[in-house]
Amino acid sequence: MDLFEYQGKQYFARYDIPVSPGDATDSVDEAVAIADRIGYPVVVKAQVKVGGRGKAGGIQLADNAEEVRKHATNILGMDIKGHTVHIIWIERSSDIKKEYYASFTLDRPNKKHLGMLSAQGGVEIEVVAEEDPTAISLLSIDPIKGLDLATAQQWVKDAKLDDEAQAQAAELLVKLYRCYTEGDCDLAEINPLILTPQGNVHALDAKVTLDENASFRHPEWEAFRANETEDPREKMAKEKGLNYIGLDGTVGIIANGAGLAMSTLDVVNQVGGTAANFLDIGGGANADVMAAALEVINADPKVKAIFVNIFGGITRVDEVAKGVLGALEKVTINSPIVLRLDGTNAIEGRAILAPHLNEKLITEPTMLDAARRAVGLANA
Amino acid sequence: MSIFVDENTKVIVQGLTGGQGRFHGLRNRDYGTKVVGGVTPGKGGTDVDGIPVFNSVKEAVDATGATASFVSVPPKFAAAAILEAAEGGITFIVCITEGIPAQDEAVTYNRLKQDFPNVRLLGPNCPGIISPGKCNIGITSGDIALPGGPVGIVSRSGTLTYQALHELSQQGIGQTTCVGIGGDPVPGTNFIDCLKAFNDDPETKAVMMIGEIGGSEEENAAEWIKANMTKPVVSYIAGVTAPPGRKMGHAGAIISGSKGTAQAKMDALREAGVHVCQNPTEAGEKMVEIVRAL
Repeated sequence: MDLFEYQGKQYFARYDIPVSPGDATDSVDEAVAIADRIGYPVVVKAQVKVGGRGKAGGIQLADNAEEVRKHATNILGMDIKGHTVHIIWIERSSDIKKEYYASFTLDRPNKKHLGMLSAQGGVEIEVVAEEDPTAISLLSIDPIKGLDLATAQQWVKDAKLDDEAQAQAAELLVKLYRCYTEGDCDLAEINPLILTPQGNVHALDAKVTLDENASFRHPEWEAFRANETEDPREKMAKEKGLNYIGLDGTVGIIANGAGLAMSTLDVVNQVGGTAANFLDIGGGANADVMAAALEVINADPKVKAIFVNIFGGITRVDEVAKGVLGALEKVTINSPIVLRLDGTNAIEGRAILAPHLNEKLITEPTMLDAARRAVGLANA
Repeated sequence: MSIFVDENTKVIVQGLTGGQGRFHGLRNRDYGTKVVGGVTPGKGGTDVDGIPVFNSVKEAVDATGATASFVSVPPKFAAAAILEAAEGGITFIVCITEGIPAQDEAVTYNRLKQDFPNVRLLGPNCPGIISPGKCNIGITSGDIALPGGPVGIVSRSGTLTYQALHELSQQGIGQTTCVGIGGDPVPGTNFIDCLKAFNDDPETKAVMMIGEIGGSEEENAAEWIKANMTKPVVSYIAGVTAPPGRKMGHAGAIISGSKGTAQAKMDALREAGVHVCQNPTEAGEKMVEIVRAL
């Protein structure tokens, strides 16, 4: 789960990482009230899960209530790269002497944690990474040993952070590492991490991705879920407990297993179609799950055909066939459904469907045949 | 021959008394696998359909001489179960559990490497391993596999593993061993481990490798193949059309920036002399062609 900046800062605060005082809101009046409370000048920041909001005009400085009102009005509802701004974060403006970059993530090839630290942070960090990789100091951390203060103190020297920033930065990095590990983040990134003229180091931005697999030990994450997705199809799927990702095409996809679902998207694309979604119904494809899956896809007005691709391993194909028929009794589906059923009990499964086949319920023998049929129907 | 397991491998099931553990453990035994015990703390002395249950892995190993363990416990307990297996003397651990936090996986992987360098972990979040006719540990359906070789299969995805087995078995092409390494960010066993083992196995004549987007395991495998592999490799990579930045079901299947795309992986493999195919069916057909020409 990707967090908004304001949520990331709230999460950082739990681990005692210094951030600017501020608050989030979806209303202009409240934005003014927040600004009055924390003191001017303030920064009004659009909360969107996409980069480049500063360049798009989504970050504005305000010296008084009138300016807060003006900027909040402009930014709320603004479109930034296809993301509508529903929430703004108001925080005390910081004087910036230097901008650094810091992050922790998993180093998959080495199966260790990877810390990245640079004295040249800010919006151009990706350019820096490209043009001068030595400007970013990499630290490989053994998950068993963790990151101690002495290592962090050496690291800030290696990364050539300014002398006056080093002590505070080292402490902050140890806290950020704790947030990353104990807080079960896939990514914990601060860009920029700033040094103020007063000699203080704190996080001016927060980019946090949480590992959903760890949600069983983080009841506090519940608060982050409210504004998680704005795609109504994804919201509906989430409510039904489905592993669904909305895309832009016309062929609705239902498959069992993430790999097969991905592969189904690919094959649809190869035969000239476009997928409307990714949907993995997992192992237990009973009538309820199938009905829920068909319902979510049916609600997508762009869908012109549905491709159900099942390979029975543990999932038995006869159960899937019963599931499809059960689902069709529960919901009326607008688009034709093309099924490819293979694997365990496939013959029994196809036999169950045989008497019910018509121009809106079709079976094909292979994945490729079924993809062609579904794409043909969608493009007709 | 098979890799990692054979007809003599004695297996215990951690979580045999749970729903999944019982279902798959008994299926594995019915397939012919030597399932010699189960482990559930507090349930020692009982049995599951005649298979004795022990309180700890240590007790089970002492009593049965098992060398392999099938870990089928919920995500919360999986990391501890894997370490208990290693501490109890197990040398091959298959963990099918889906949903283990990445932080736990990273710690467990490094703990095993440091304290138990001779222990192999397969998974987590994998379908397991099957050597057709000899041994099946995990959730693969035995009847879609065909004994006798000559193809070795290694795959990151469960259902695509079944698809690959199916494509080959249907054409009468058998498998020496089929290994599902799993789709999580920190797999215990990677492509190269399996490719090495297949390369050294005289009965394996060709290898099918199924990858997916995310990470750089396929790229690393390509480098290894280029330098070392003496047998033909056919490959399919899932996720060509996956949008960047979205997790496609598997925790590992995510494209960040320009890294880990299906295209980059396919290019690397092709450059290493691998037969790269556009979909699982084409990969099956290509393999049939290669095996028939052997």
